[in-house]
Amino acid sequence: MLTDTDLQALWLTVRLAATTTLILFLIGTPLAWWLARSRAWWKQPIGAVVALPLVLPPSVIGFYLLVALGPHGPVGQLTQALGLGTLPFTFWGLVVASVIYSLPFMVQPLQTAFEAIGERPLEVAATLRASPLDTFFTVAVPLALPGFVTAGILTFAHTVGEFGVVLMIGGNIPGVSRVASVQIYDYVEAMEYANAHSLAAVLLVFSFLVLLTMYVWRPGVRTGA
Amino acid sequence: MNRLSAPLVTLLLALFAAAGAQAGEVQVAVAANFTAPAQQIAAEFERQTGHKAVLSFGATGKFYAQISNGAPFEVFLSADDTTPARLEKENQAVAGSRFTYAVGTLVLWSAKADGVDAKGEVLKKGQFKHVAIANPKTAPYGAAAIETLNKLKLLDAVQPKFVQGENISQTYQFASTGNADLGFVALSQVYKDGKLTGGSAWIVPGHLHEPILQDAVILARGKDNVTAKAFMDYLKTPRAHAIITSFGYALR
Repeated sequence: MLTDTDLQALWLTVRLAATTTLILFLIGTPLAWWLARSRAWWKQPIGAVVALPLVLPPSVIGFYLLVALGPHGPVGQLTQALGLGTLPFTFWGLVVASVIYSLPFMVQPLQTAFEAIGERPLEVAATLRASPLDTFFTVAVPLALPGFVTAGILTFAHTVGEFGVVLMIGGNIPGVSRVASVQIYDYVEAMEYANAHSLAAVLLVFSFLVLLTMYVWRPGVRTGA
Repeated sequence: MNRLSAPLVTLLLALFAAAGAQAGEVQVAVAANFTAPAQQIAAEFERQTGHKAVLSFGATGKFYAQISNGAPFEVFLSADDTTPARLEKENQAVAGSRFTYAVGTLVLWSAKADGVDAKGEVLKKGQFKHVAIANPKTAPYGAAAIETLNKLKLLDAVQPKFVQGENISQTYQFASTGNADLGFVALSQVYKDGKLTGGSAWIVPGHLHEPILQDAVILARGKDNVTAKAFMDYLKTPRAHAIITSFGYALR
């Protein structure tokens, strides 16, 4: 069934997805809040940029990242100047790539949830002399909780399913960048179909369970009679 | 009218047949390392015969999976000699159509002008961070690179610095963007008209690894396509041979 390298690939995948989701909660929440509340004219262009990874082929993102993070690219020059080396072929390089790649999956559900709150609860909180930060954590976050759950699950699952970008900048190093999807690809290429099947089945079941959880358990939404 | 229509129909049929013969088409799956020469050969083939070769590029293992699952390829230019043999054994290729169209040359290459010395000593010095190789499980050039390092007794020292490309194109990409200081790539990728197109290289001597035989085969789908046969024959012409060797391949 699953070999040691399969387990290593799965564990790496989980670590990558968890790290990415955590970082995106930190980046995505203020960004989504701003997109939901702001009236600035450049809100729409920013929203479009956030959504770009939805429509760009992973090969485009991967290629740009490989060039930008590489030793001659702008980001690569910066990381080298900071003494961090270059990011491709490292775990943190994959994290950076995944954060960009999964950004819309975090921001869009959150933005929708924040917009659904409307102005009233926030105005009421303000008249009760709650500070904006107070309002955010005691009013907005609890009301937007379903959005947080959806965003977290989607981001995690989408990062697990990431393939093209990892392939482009990962270098297929065991324990560093050989995630489950790449491992499956390798098996297929090497014509080891039995191994490919068992690992693919794990991902299929996982994906189904994730989506099922999301459909069945929605806080505040009752299903059935 | 009846007397007229019989010759007319014959004429029309003849015209269609002629048009069909003139504008034949063949779907060709091409191993990634042979991309550039295949494009030139297909262009010449079309110019000289009027036939069109429609090319798809990719990794040999992936093509095998696709062919086994009904991909519409009629000719396969593989990066190795085992996959075409396997296809033939499984009746997915036309028996007896297989031949070696090119012998690949492995090269250690750097995008920098002083990245690789002419004898490959850079591998022993170890002053590099990453060396890109194609997945040795699936890519013949990757397997040849491992074999070479093994013969030089450098495998243990160099292995921790490996970054793997899924095929030889991606391996070249890692090295050409400078993300990997060095890369074991196909000479055909960095060589044109008898010289390096850039960077620096050590052409790995042939005795350090088994020859990289690249075989072509007509697939079951192309059995009755005369254009498939014509394209295979064209690969053996002096003009095609000249193109193949100009990219640094050998012939046999």
